[in-house]
Amino acid sequence: MSQNTLFDKVWDLHKVSSLPGGSDQIFIGLHLIHEVTSPQAFGALKDKKLKVKYPDRTIATVDHIVPTDNQSRPFKDNLAEQMIATLEKNCLEHKIRFFNIGSGNQGIVHVVAPELGLTQPGMTIACGDSHTSTHGAFGSIAFGIGTSQVRDVLASQTLAMNKLKVRQIWCDNKLSQGVYAKDLVLHIINKLGVKAGAGFAYEFAGPAIHDLSMEERMTICNMSIEGGARCGYINPDERTFSYIKNKSCAPKNEYWDKALRWWNSLKSDENSIYDDVITLDASKVEPTVTWGITPGQSISINQQIPLLDDLSPNDKLVAKEAYEYMSFKPGQLIKDTPVDVCFIGSCTNGRISDLRVAAKVLKGKKVSKNVKAFAVPGSEKVANEAKKEGLDQIFKDSGFQWRDPGCSMCLAMNSDKLIGNQVSASSSNRNFKGRQGSPSGRTLLMSPAMVAAAAINGKVSDVREFIN
Amino acid sequence: MKSEFTPPIGKITQIDGQCISLIGNDIDTDRIIPARFLKCVNFDSLGKYVFEDDRKTLKGRHPFDLEENKNATILVVNSNFGCGSSREHAPQALMRWGIKAIIGESFADIFYSNCIAIGIPCFTLPKNFLEEIQNYCDNQFLFLEIDLENSLAKSKDLTLNIEIKESTRKMFLSGEWDATSTLMENENLIENKFNQLPYIKFNTNLAI
Repeated sequence: MSQNTLFDKVWDLHKVSSLPGGSDQIFIGLHLIHEVTSPQAFGALKDKKLKVKYPDRTIATVDHIVPTDNQSRPFKDNLAEQMIATLEKNCLEHKIRFFNIGSGNQGIVHVVAPELGLTQPGMTIACGDSHTSTHGAFGSIAFGIGTSQVRDVLASQTLAMNKLKVRQIWCDNKLSQGVYAKDLVLHIINKLGVKAGAGFAYEFAGPAIHDLSMEERMTICNMSIEGGARCGYINPDERTFSYIKNKSCAPKNEYWDKALRWWNSLKSDENSIYDDVITLDASKVEPTVTWGITPGQSISINQQIPLLDDLSPNDKLVAKEAYEYMSFKPGQLIKDTPVDVCFIGSCTNGRISDLRVAAKVLKGKKVSKNVKAFAVPGSEKVANEAKKEGLDQIFKDSGFQWRDPGCSMCLAMNSDKLIGNQVSASSSNRNFKGRQGSPSGRTLLMSPAMVAAAAINGKVSDVREFIN
Repeated sequence: MKSEFTPPIGKITQIDGQCISLIGNDIDTDRIIPARFLKCVNFDSLGKYVFEDDRKTLKGRHPFDLEENKNATILVVNSNFGCGSSREHAPQALMRWGIKAIIGESFADIFYSNCIAIGIPCFTLPKNFLEEIQNYCDNQFLFLEIDLENSLAKSKDLTLNIEIKESTRKMFLSGEWDATSTLMENENLIENKFNQLPYIKFNTNLAI
């Protein structure tokens, strides 16, 4: 049993009671909602004649279903229009703050909350979305929940949960030039496997982690769930505090000093006890690309797709499925694989620093004529900042389409979809079968810089050849 | 598809039914219910779309399309079932197709809690047992009587010690898997916690 880790401290602080069955009742400090997983929860409240207990502790935005080419209302897609209208109505009725399109603050929920300063160390954060783990980058304990649990948080501001074990993932040294947080987290998931995190919270630590910017840390924590851990976090430090300072919902004046003192006390102690510790050398990580149908099936840019014999017995079944679905041959190089679509965006890599890195690669270059490339900023704030810096123009000049904010082709709930068995180079988080909207579409996950490189060459490329 | 759907309520102590085997590790919730079917404001119509893309690919040979499985209620799967997205639409779609319990080698965390929250017990068994059951199911009907009180699954010539977390088992036996009312009972404790948390007053600019 872990002791004195940030996870233990935050969990204990938020524990309301021990429930009769043996699980804990945990208070949720910040509840984020969106249009896809909340309507049935509000419906259940209505059926049970319940109210939202603390409406101020729930914040809403709209992200999954929004079109990115034309956001004028009503949406062309009737079902999408119905969903946003339902969220508007529910927020109005229950007095929940809603960041709608055009508010200047709309965007992917996991981009919006941090940039508003809503996400803070020491909080418990829940949202009906598995990538809620993103917020752990700030030293909060954040996890995805289902719709019935959304209902429970709305009604009681609490959840019934079993306490997780804590695994520390210690990353030594530093990432090398041209290697990004996305590469590191894909590497971690590959080494540990996609189900190793079940029952665990992941604490990412070590010099390589603390060397990362807040946005890079969010990329790491975001993909904890792809390693099976519904919660991932990083102990807060000066970089965390300076990111939050002066954000619109950040503590102000005397509260800032109080918050800072409290936040500093939350870090895992020197003598913390972990249920498990894993150490790896971040300087050895290379640009990484997935070749299969789970985020764990990845290799370095210069490696070959693994042979069946090289895989553990447990990995063989999915590998066989992956070779067939992806039309890859074992032993084939991933480099130079032709791509049809390039997508930069998502809660994993749709922030301003991601766009800056990609724009740097794209500047003065043209997207291959065989490629459809599009960039979807993670939020209206990100889009505005990108325009201010002229990044949108760099994208457009290179041949990228520049879209409005939303989840877009990460999960293809709007009209941004792969067609047939197109191959996409994507900065998103999942390469599951059919994930990007076509039942036979194929996704190669990589960093935004690598997506930009793939867009220029029309094939999977080593971004280091562009930046050196 | 079964007759009229009625969601489970109250205590769940016994689930009897025919098994349906679905082979594969890391079967994610996007496969259980593709994202385009999440464009809905209720779960009612999800049952018929469960595994839609996999079923289309297999053109009638998917286990959920086989005539002999049409009355099955106990799903037998492999490892890390339900990984990926937190969409409750996935277990809702399975439940509305007719699934009442799942036995597997392991389950993804969020999927597992979603199953509890809607009244679908998930049990684990070691890999070799599961493979045996799946082989059996592929050749003949397997009916199991699942007894939650004793964590046993029995057929006419088989008794299996299926495992389930103790806290989860108790929740099904007591009916507290439907957690809302239990959570709300502690109203005073919740209010105290709200007042004690250091950061509630830190946040500014939250209310409308």
